[in-house]
Amino acid sequence: MSKERITISPDLYDIMPSDYQDLVSKATYGKEDRGWKDIGTSKELIEQHSLCAGCPESMAFRYILASLPNPEDTVMVGSTGCTSLVFPMVAVHNIHSLFGNQNAIASGLKRALSVRFPDRIKDVVVLAGDGATVDIGLDMTLQAWFRQEKFTTICFDNELYANTGGQESGLMQKGFVAKMAPVGKLFDKVRLPEIARESGCHYVVNCTVSKPSLVEKVVRNAVLIAREIGPTYLQLYTPCILEIGKNSMEGLQEMRDSEKPAERFAFKEYISEPARQLLAERDAKAKEKKAAAKQLVS
Amino acid sequence: MEPTSVIGTKNKKNQVFTDPRIMMREAPRTPSFYTGSEVIKEAIRRASIDVMIAYPITPQSEAAALIGELFAEGYIGDYFRGESEFAVMSQCAGAAFGGARVFTTTAGPGTMRAMENFPMWAGARLPIQCIVTCRGINSPLSIQPDTIEISYLMQTGMLVWHAETAQDFYDWILMGYMVSEEPDVHLPLALCCDGFFVTHTKDVVDLTPTDMCLPPYDPYRSPVPCMDMECPPVRMMRDPFIMKSNYISYATHASWQQEIWAAAERSRKHTIAWLNGLIETEDIDADVLIVTSGTAVSQGREAIRLLADEGIRVGLVKIKTLRPWPEEEIKEATKHATHIIVPEFNVIGWMAKEIKATIPRSERVVAGPRVCGGMTMPPEIIVEEIKRALGVRSTTLAARG
Repeated sequence: MSKERITISPDLYDIMPSDYQDLVSKATYGKEDRGWKDIGTSKELIEQHSLCAGCPESMAFRYILASLPNPEDTVMVGSTGCTSLVFPMVAVHNIHSLFGNQNAIASGLKRALSVRFPDRIKDVVVLAGDGATVDIGLDMTLQAWFRQEKFTTICFDNELYANTGGQESGLMQKGFVAKMAPVGKLFDKVRLPEIARESGCHYVVNCTVSKPSLVEKVVRNAVLIAREIGPTYLQLYTPCILEIGKNSMEGLQEMRDSEKPAERFAFKEYISEPARQLLAERDAKAKEKKAAAKQLVS
Repeated sequence: MEPTSVIGTKNKKNQVFTDPRIMMREAPRTPSFYTGSEVIKEAIRRASIDVMIAYPITPQSEAAALIGELFAEGYIGDYFRGESEFAVMSQCAGAAFGGARVFTTTAGPGTMRAMENFPMWAGARLPIQCIVTCRGINSPLSIQPDTIEISYLMQTGMLVWHAETAQDFYDWILMGYMVSEEPDVHLPLALCCDGFFVTHTKDVVDLTPTDMCLPPYDPYRSPVPCMDMECPPVRMMRDPFIMKSNYISYATHASWQQEIWAAAERSRKHTIAWLNGLIETEDIDADVLIVTSGTAVSQGREAIRLLADEGIRVGLVKIKTLRPWPEEEIKEATKHATHIIVPEFNVIGWMAKEIKATIPRSERVVAGPRVCGGMTMPPEIIVEEIKRALGVRSTTLAARG
């Protein structure tokens, strides 16, 4: 999408909603080095949200949308859950259809966009909760990876079904007492990052969203590698403060506690060999560009 | 972009994008002796399909695989095997959301597994075409013809057409895209046929020229935005309606559902023009009429011939579209009839129920004969049903059964 597409006719400018006016004049579509630091000085691609106050998922949404390398040509796919309450407010085309079919939707979407726009970059990013990714949709999550579909899958792991009121999920910790796990969950947290690696993902990260700079880095890597090589997977801890008995202000601390070295969301990153080469090439090019710019200045 | 702007230009297979009216009505036809599955392939060769997604299930597997050959030959943009019918129908949805013309096929248990997707397709206004080669869905397992799955599809908001012959199939696949892609329709089409009877038998079908194809789908004529980031990514709504328990939320959902069904109704005028009416009639001044769809119509034709030999006059109403339902047409066609015989290939008799709910004096409807589970329907049992209704003594073997 070129920026001209969203330009408002001068005759209609004053009747357009202010958030749309802002999107045209202050959003970062097309800005090459866009990132989390734009938050606060530009129009974000998310307008309000209806999540609980202090929900880490809202932070994650803001960081991810600020970090997408190519939002003007990115289509997102969601699933049923808390994320589906946010997507209607997102200024990137996004699809909600059913619960759990997000990676199937994304497979068809990515192929259609490749057929229709063979010479252009069109990124596809899936963003769904852990119930959608690991339980009801696991088949389609894995099959998209087996087929080497070229899109990024992001799982907001809050370790339960939040939107339906805190039921047991496959990514819940063993022993946790929840609805539908009345005597505590009887089996281990599903090890999806490892499964992702074995299923053919070229870039896998397991972390929290406590650090926006880290979210920016892994999102940019994941989208670039998916675009050029094959499937990528990010599993991001976005605790459901409501269901684990925390207050609005405690989400960040919960993430910091859970990312300590021996904890379940300690930063883990897997990069396949072709992906490693791609990132090295990108970094070398960026370095070259910086050096050239420096020379120009001096 | 005007969809007609490409008319006269060629695709990469050297086919000429042709005005569909000329291609379907005026272009020379070549009689060809093909199975129903091969006929599907030949129609798709000329349909300018962007994405086809396949999954094996009898009796549609052959057609789905033959379309893979078309992909290998370069006639289709992309093609792959999905992992289940539920996934395939979601993959089709993804491709259609992304602005592709999409084709797929399924059957019986596959239709049932995919079912959650169909109201979603209709609700999202995705003009996907799905061929349904009907077969049994019950346990114990059956792969034989049975049309019960159509009764489920009829409640999804999709257009549902029921082909009698391979020729119907050929023409309706191509015409189906023209109807379902109209901006005031823009709905998915379930194009049904009776498995094996149509898919696995050979018939002479008049094909349009190989070097002509439909103009490509133009997703920007859709009544809802195409999800390709080529139009402004406006906020779709200020609040997500799903979480609101208020009158506006309910009214929005209700009016959208009504709009889906209204869109199906609006397809009438396009369908009548393409299919030459939603029903087809023969000798409807007769007191006795056979009214049905699919291959039950073919068997009805045979029964009519047998009865004519005995001096009993019977007329025929072939119902081509089940959604939209040709209510007025059926009322008009059956107004003189004293006996309306409805032969069906399913245990519940959904067609007879629909007709009973449509016409005045519904006691005229004879809900049968019905066969199911893969049984064939010999014309003699239709003859017997008619004679019984008329109080005529029958001497056929079936009559003694």
